[in-house]
Amino acid sequence: MNESLFINIIIGITIASAPLIFAAIGELLVERSGVLNLGVEGMMIVGALMGFVVQFHTGNSYLAVLAALFGGMAIASIFAFLTQYLLTNQVATGLALTLFGLGFSAFVGRGYTEETIQLITSFHIPLFSDIPFIGPLLFSLNPLVYLAFFTVYLVWWFLFKTKQGLILRAIGDNHDAAHAIGHNVVRYRVIAILFGGAMAGIGGACLSLVQVPIWGEDMTAGRGWIALGLVVFASWLPFRVVLGALLFGGITILQLHAQGFNIRISAQYLSMLPYLATIVILVALRIRLKNKTNRTVPNCLGRIFHSTT
Amino acid sequence: MIKLIPRVENSKAMIILSPIIALTLTALTALVIFLFILEDIPVSSVFFTLFVEPFTDSYYFSEILAKAAPLMIIGIGLSIGFRAGIWNIGAEGQYVMGGIAGGAVGLYFYNVEGFWLLPLMALAGILGGALYASIAAFLRIKYQVNEILVTLMLTYVAVLFLSAMVHGPLRNPSGFNFPESRMFHDSALLPIIWEGTRLNISFIVAIVLSILVWFGIKKHMFGMQIKITGSAPRAAKFAGFDDNKTVWYSLLISGGLAGLAGLFEAAGPAGQLTPGLPQFYGFTAIIVAFLARLHPVGILFSALLIALSYVGGENVQIDYNLPSSIIQIFQGMLLFYFLACDILIKYKVVLK
Repeated sequence: MNESLFINIIIGITIASAPLIFAAIGELLVERSGVLNLGVEGMMIVGALMGFVVQFHTGNSYLAVLAALFGGMAIASIFAFLTQYLLTNQVATGLALTLFGLGFSAFVGRGYTEETIQLITSFHIPLFSDIPFIGPLLFSLNPLVYLAFFTVYLVWWFLFKTKQGLILRAIGDNHDAAHAIGHNVVRYRVIAILFGGAMAGIGGACLSLVQVPIWGEDMTAGRGWIALGLVVFASWLPFRVVLGALLFGGITILQLHAQGFNIRISAQYLSMLPYLATIVILVALRIRLKNKTNRTVPNCLGRIFHSTT
Repeated sequence: MIKLIPRVENSKAMIILSPIIALTLTALTALVIFLFILEDIPVSSVFFTLFVEPFTDSYYFSEILAKAAPLMIIGIGLSIGFRAGIWNIGAEGQYVMGGIAGGAVGLYFYNVEGFWLLPLMALAGILGGALYASIAAFLRIKYQVNEILVTLMLTYVAVLFLSAMVHGPLRNPSGFNFPESRMFHDSALLPIIWEGTRLNISFIVAIVLSILVWFGIKKHMFGMQIKITGSAPRAAKFAGFDDNKTVWYSLLISGGLAGLAGLFEAAGPAGQLTPGLPQFYGFTAIIVAFLARLHPVGILFSALLIALSYVGGENVQIDYNLPSSIIQIFQGMLLFYFLACDILIKYKVVLK
């Protein structure tokens, strides 16, 4: 394998994994607070749409990413309101959010199916990016990829190095106890849900602003669900999300290159790989844990909290 | 701010009123959206096309019944698992696998006719769906892997598998390389029960199933078991209920019924296997099940309601050039409102 192909594959893997990193790290924080939001797929596709629409009309990538962020946050706020104030079932509400998001983006996006946009391209830092081999790998990745890695670090820092992070985890583990010592459970959870929505939105933008320059209704193709699987795979630990996402990015790129190399397997079977890999990885994780209970799983995950006082 | 005060007893009035409030709110929101996006079409005529016209014409009416049938069959299966807290979200995948399995049987006997063929295909459809769902049951029991993720991932796999099949082994040999199977011959097609329409026997099957499951849940111990497992898992443990059995039954029944619905679509309106077999019924049936509060007979009504939105939606699409995705938005919204309004049953809402 020659050097430039290797570099291209690595860069391809980072680009393919960025949407998953964003969506999964957002959901990780949400689940750490004890909330299970199954609407990731819906929030992602709305983010992808918002990013595309703003990029198309303004050509300003910063605005486009911001729009994706707020788009994801906006529809996450529906989930936050329903589950935190009206105490609805989180599984059902999350599913409704996904169905609603898919419908909404198909509806609004129908006017854009024939348009193309300018993609966000990689950095080029003079001198640094020109260093052979290391240059392109360290200094010429896509800006959103750097942002993804940085976000993971931030979430880790927040969860494990700040007081608020500790409170958030406490709420996720025992909301009644946290409430009893005076923490505002609902406020923490609402903020966490909004953050999760924002991250899923940017994750969606990574698809529409970095990967393909055209709009497609089925753009997310289950990545929101894979991200949910990644959170479990990561055992709710931030840095493991990166590991899992890179693995999936690798599988996606492998599948693309396998088609390029004329391997005689139908494209459909190759396209199944990321989905099958999700299942295999979740099973492998359980085998590794040898049926011990996972100590990092938030105890109150998915449970409804209501205080009468 | 809103304040919620728990009721001592669930409000009986609200059990009936909350769905009506939810429907009204959805209709009002729809009205606002239409006022916003429609420029020179009066909103009243769009509402008429959506909700009234389907009842004025016997063909449209038959289409409501025809579209409700798969939603009923899948929804009934899902409601069993949902009651027990087993979340089979991938009914769409089991539906596709049932369609492939049953369809393959029909295609294997493409030159043989007989009354036995259709039951055989239906059986293969049920088996296909149930076996596919059993993967999730097995993984949940053996490795505690979440069934939501497994059934969903397998849905994407099933859709790709269907595509591989109609591009490959099941492709019509004399079909000019189109990704379609042969057409099923007459004895492999579901009998029509309303002359001149597409309404076939699957509607009757759906109603029989709903009554059977209703009796099953009421009279059979297993009904008790899933109800308690879902609402009070600890109590279920003390009662000595076998958790694994609940998982197996829930997934096998919901998978089998989804598979049957898939075969009914292939051997009904479609008449062959095409990549267009998946129609989102598997996902919409989740909404149907929740709207019926997971009651097997209630599902008959919620399926009819959602089917009405499909038929009305198609007419709106044709008459006013509105995209069909707007119906999906309304369906999602209906579920939001419905879940939200259910709070009125357990809590008194006080504004202050």
